[in-house]
Amino acid sequence: MVDIVKFLINPFGTMIGGILMLLVPILIGVAYYTYAERRVIAAAQLRKGPNVVGPFGLLQPFADAVKLLFKETIVPAGSSRFVFIIAPMLTFVLAMVAWAVIPVGEGGWFADGPWVIADINVGVLYLFAISSMGVYGIIMAGWASNSKYPFIGALRSAAQMVSYEVSMGLIIVSVIVCVGSFNLSDVVRAQKDLWYVIPHFPLFIVFFVSILAETNRAPFDLPEGESEIVAGFFLEYSSMSFALFFLGEYANMLLMCAITTVLFLGGWYAPFDVAWLTWIPGVIWFALKVCLLAFVFLWVRATVPRYRYDQLMRLGWKIFLPFTLFWVIATAGVLVAFGWLPNA
Amino acid sequence: MSTARAISQLFLWELVKGLGLTLKYMFFKKRVTINYPYEKGAISPRFRGEHALRRYPSGEERCIACKLCEAICPAQAITIEAEPREDGQRRTTRYDIDMTKCIYCGYCQEACPVDAIVQGPNFEFATETREELYYNKDKLLANGDRWETEIAQNIALDAAYR
Repeated sequence: MVDIVKFLINPFGTMIGGILMLLVPILIGVAYYTYAERRVIAAAQLRKGPNVVGPFGLLQPFADAVKLLFKETIVPAGSSRFVFIIAPMLTFVLAMVAWAVIPVGEGGWFADGPWVIADINVGVLYLFAISSMGVYGIIMAGWASNSKYPFIGALRSAAQMVSYEVSMGLIIVSVIVCVGSFNLSDVVRAQKDLWYVIPHFPLFIVFFVSILAETNRAPFDLPEGESEIVAGFFLEYSSMSFALFFLGEYANMLLMCAITTVLFLGGWYAPFDVAWLTWIPGVIWFALKVCLLAFVFLWVRATVPRYRYDQLMRLGWKIFLPFTLFWVIATAGVLVAFGWLPNA
Repeated sequence: MSTARAISQLFLWELVKGLGLTLKYMFFKKRVTINYPYEKGAISPRFRGEHALRRYPSGEERCIACKLCEAICPAQAITIEAEPREDGQRRTTRYDIDMTKCIYCGYCQEACPVDAIVQGPNFEFATETREELYYNKDKLLANGDRWETEIAQNIALDAAYR
């Protein structure tokens, strides 16, 4: 035990150890998120979902992973081989690296500061840069497949992600002016007494809808709408390259839930400053909040039918954009008028 | 747009109602899934499953080789050859059903004047080869012996409606 602690205290060791401690739970979480999705949607449709492999079907994700690993990777004859192979890797890697700046807890037995791999002062900008690059994996996949449905799916996805990123950016600006820092740990610390979900509730709803669109989830899953373009941008993928897309997509959903938790739900803080609630470690609270949001993702998918493409664009540009713009100005106005500006 | 409609749109009322409905289904409704190979759903007495040739309680086969089933079969799945037996009764020497052709319409059992050919309640007779689905007279009579209890009960239950 002492050796392990020493290894973790060593700066290099801390980094590797920290990355492992973050990535392993995330990958397990992603695996079980696919299982949770099947169970939740089954429940909403009065079915049972996977319940055969292992107790309650809990080994199903691993059975699926093994199946996909042993399948043949098919590269279509007309495809651009290199781009075709690199696209799912890019999607997956980007979904993973973004977690570097997400603070999942603070203090406790093995760290003084926040539990985060890179506690950088431009965390919000880093997240934005990484999530904007996410669209490249999809565009590359759609283009390299040299096939019409993936191409249409990729174009839809690009347009959709660009549209909703604008309002997401403005929402983050509204939060940032209240915090006065781009550091995500500071964003959480600023919510110690009042989570931003309370003063910014409409913004929270808009942000949640935007991340549904950003991660191509129902009701905005046009890029992969089964009934019209088969599977969208990953139509031509099989085996492990398909699994990477799949994992990347689910990791992205969990990431967006984590970002929402950090921005609006007070990160690692307990909901009330009561003794027995604060005894529970912050990282558990963080995980619970992420799980709750992740459940809402599935809940919405089980409920809402797919938007039409023009409705999607109308919602993004004609409702969310003006609304968030108004909210940024209103927030800034209130902060200045009452002299509540941070760092003033 | 009326004020009520505007307010309901502003607060996403329809969306909230929809989410409430799915939540109700998720937690407060009974699952309808049947755990198939272990649990099975009830089937009607009129269910048209695997074919069988029945016998009289004496053990004498019912079929009198009238070939009405062969004539009516829309898929032409039934092949019958017949000649008189030693005791002078007319019986089949060959009664084949090609189960890969059969469309399970039930006309053969409707046409049969002596309730010899019937479609029993068994639907789990998938095979690994096509040849196993070319049923001959022995197979059909064996089916009849195996399922007689259920078949007789189904015929009795359905008799009131005929």
